Amino acid sequence: MSAPVLIAGIGVVSAIGMDTGSNLQSLVTEKAGIGKMRWLQSAHAAELPVGEVNRSNEELANLTGLSARYPRTALLSAIAARETLLDAGWDKPDSSRTGFISANTVGGMDKTEEFFKQFSKNPAAGKLSQVVHHECGAVTELVADFLGIRHFVSTVSTACSSSANAIFTGARLIRAGLLDFALVGGADALTRFTLNGFNTLMILDKEPCQPFDENRRGLNLGEGSAYLLLASEKGMRMLNKNPYAMLRGYANANDAYHQTASSPEGTGSFLAMKGALDKAGMKATDIDYINLHGTGTQNNDIAEGTAIRLLFDPAFPKMSSTKAYTGHTLGASGAVEAVYSILAIQHGIIFPNLRFETPMKEFSFHPVTRLMKHQRIQNVLSNSFGFGGNCSSLIFSAA
Amino acid sequence: MKVYIRSTGNISPQHSLNPDAFFSSRISTTENYFKSVEPDYDRFVDSKMIRRMSRIVRMGVAAAITCLRNGNVENPAAILTATAYGCLEDSSSFLRRMIEFEEKMLSPTAFIQSTHNTVGAQIALLLKCHNYNNTIVHRAFSFENALTEAMMLLQEGSGPVLIGAVDEITDDRHAILSRFGLYKKTGEEGRNIAGEGAAFFLLESQPGGSPQACLQDVQTLYEPESVGAVEHAIGNFLDENGLSMRDMDLILTPHTGNKKMDEPENHLLNSVFRGKACFPYKSLCGDYPTAAGFGLWLAALLLKEQNAPAWMSGIRFPIRQILLHNQNGNEHHSFILISALD
Repeated sequence: MSAPVLIAGIGVVSAIGMDTGSNLQSLVTEKAGIGKMRWLQSAHAAELPVGEVNRSNEELANLTGLSARYPRTALLSAIAARETLLDAGWDKPDSSRTGFISANTVGGMDKTEEFFKQFSKNPAAGKLSQVVHHECGAVTELVADFLGIRHFVSTVSTACSSSANAIFTGARLIRAGLLDFALVGGADALTRFTLNGFNTLMILDKEPCQPFDENRRGLNLGEGSAYLLLASEKGMRMLNKNPYAMLRGYANANDAYHQTASSPEGTGSFLAMKGALDKAGMKATDIDYINLHGTGTQNNDIAEGTAIRLLFDPAFPKMSSTKAYTGHTLGASGAVEAVYSILAIQHGIIFPNLRFETPMKEFSFHPVTRLMKHQRIQNVLSNSFGFGGNCSSLIFSAA
Repeated sequence: MKVYIRSTGNISPQHSLNPDAFFSSRISTTENYFKSVEPDYDRFVDSKMIRRMSRIVRMGVAAAITCLRNGNVENPAAILTATAYGCLEDSSSFLRRMIEFEEKMLSPTAFIQSTHNTVGAQIALLLKCHNYNNTIVHRAFSFENALTEAMMLLQEGSGPVLIGAVDEITDDRHAILSRFGLYKKTGEEGRNIAGEGAAFFLLESQPGGSPQACLQDVQTLYEPESVGAVEHAIGNFLDENGLSMRDMDLILTPHTGNKKMDEPENHLLNSVFRGKACFPYKSLCGDYPTAAGFGLWLAALLLKEQNAPAWMSGIRFPIRQILLHNQNGNEHHSFILISALD
């Protein structure tokens, strides 16, 4: 039996709230955060709804004392990361072996977009201050410096599964005895770059998305940030509190089918879920709730559903996609949904799959449509699948 | 835990795909950038697929396939890719078109290939490899952190891990970084040149095939407060591995030629590295955040061959133990220990 990886603190910023409490409140009151874009300046503002964090860069900067000229991803990241450390009561940057492993997909691209407006016309033009934080790792370091973490810093980028991979990178470092604490998760702000990229793939829904619905039309992009403070048993003893949950299983597999599309049989998704169960030493029937990747695209939901059928038939656990609340927060989504999975365990609730109307004709199961309270939830499986075939699954268990 | 370097595959500004050619001639440049010697990619991948790949993907895929062929491994148990900048060519291209056409009439191709995990994904796709696959993108720690992950995977019992460091020079990257004053101007002395490359390795927990060398340990040091902290970290790192500076036969140093950037390294040459045989590996591959990949390739080659090219002076063989130091802007220091086989 490997050493346990304990969850000592959580924090989240998304379109449905600026902290864990307000996210939980929105989840249980079925209040979605999908709407017209307000802060992102795009030619598609009128036609594409998004899950935007309801604060300007200046407001986000004020919440942290960081510069409003920093990439929005860094500002979002700093807020949720700080909440996580405060939640855990962690204040030991110097006397503990703490790592910060964060994920994002486009680093400081929002600022690079501004830079390129001038630079693309004249290579001597454009403010260099707008590209110094372009790299994904540079965004992580802005936040590591803000938090005072220097022992170990790293950044993971595997498209939509990025922060799930960051989470188990941290778990692995703890199990290997290299860290006492790992602050793990990810952040991504909406950018024109990603919005237009997804738009060219024609997988964006012009209305609020309907994951796992027969008549689903695509996904809504969102933005946000979320972190978990993982602790070893030794680390946990240094904090004066009980863990929320444990990270019991995790696995990563590659679909090896297509750069952006999932295989129809959901090979990568199946292998990730199966691998996480194996790692946790669990059977499919041990899972009480699946927080689906459930983007709302034709391709993802059929592939994910097919893999679930293969693994769980005939006893399907309760399941839902919370992306109908937040939109798809890309590099942050694995961590945002990890926090929601832990909240599900902690409060014994299962969040509804908002706007679900018609079951997919291929499946005998369908997601939960109303908030379910007073549930006994021991084990939650959380899925994150992405471009490049990168598929990851995490299993959180009651501590 | 010590692991074994089973094989390598390296595309760089030197003739690194072919060690015989590397030994016989050193390539230098009068430019302020150093681009890779690229092979005929048809030898590695179907030509229709190559046309769809950007340069960084081609370099990465060809280096990875070379490494697998050299190691006689078809399907690795894990694929780890390290890149600081990711797929810049496709990112720039999508960004420029998006701005020029005001977010209209865009094609998805460049966007699809712009994500940082494209190289690792394309390798998996070519091999039909469903195994563990991750991409680490942390500036000058990208490769080092990937090595740490590889060593942990092997410790957990994983089969062969394919791991690579990949970064490309593009016109936009070079134009922007030049404006930061990083590189020499034409004819200027004390020069720093931009570099690139794709260096892949197969790592194993047990010696399979005919391994080149052992990878003993890797450590990163973020934002050291002083050069004294760097010296202290080097001492601790060697100590933790039961070694001391006396055991080091060669130090591969991260000198770039840029006087300001090399200040900390020059200090170390006069303190902890004093009297040691040293070689500045970035003089062969140029300066880029994941250049430690090239350094590890060079270390493994020297340890295996127990010989150095005639143009590389000052190394007395036999050598057993190499310390590879990477440094970037004095914010990122890393140390990698490599040794000859027992």
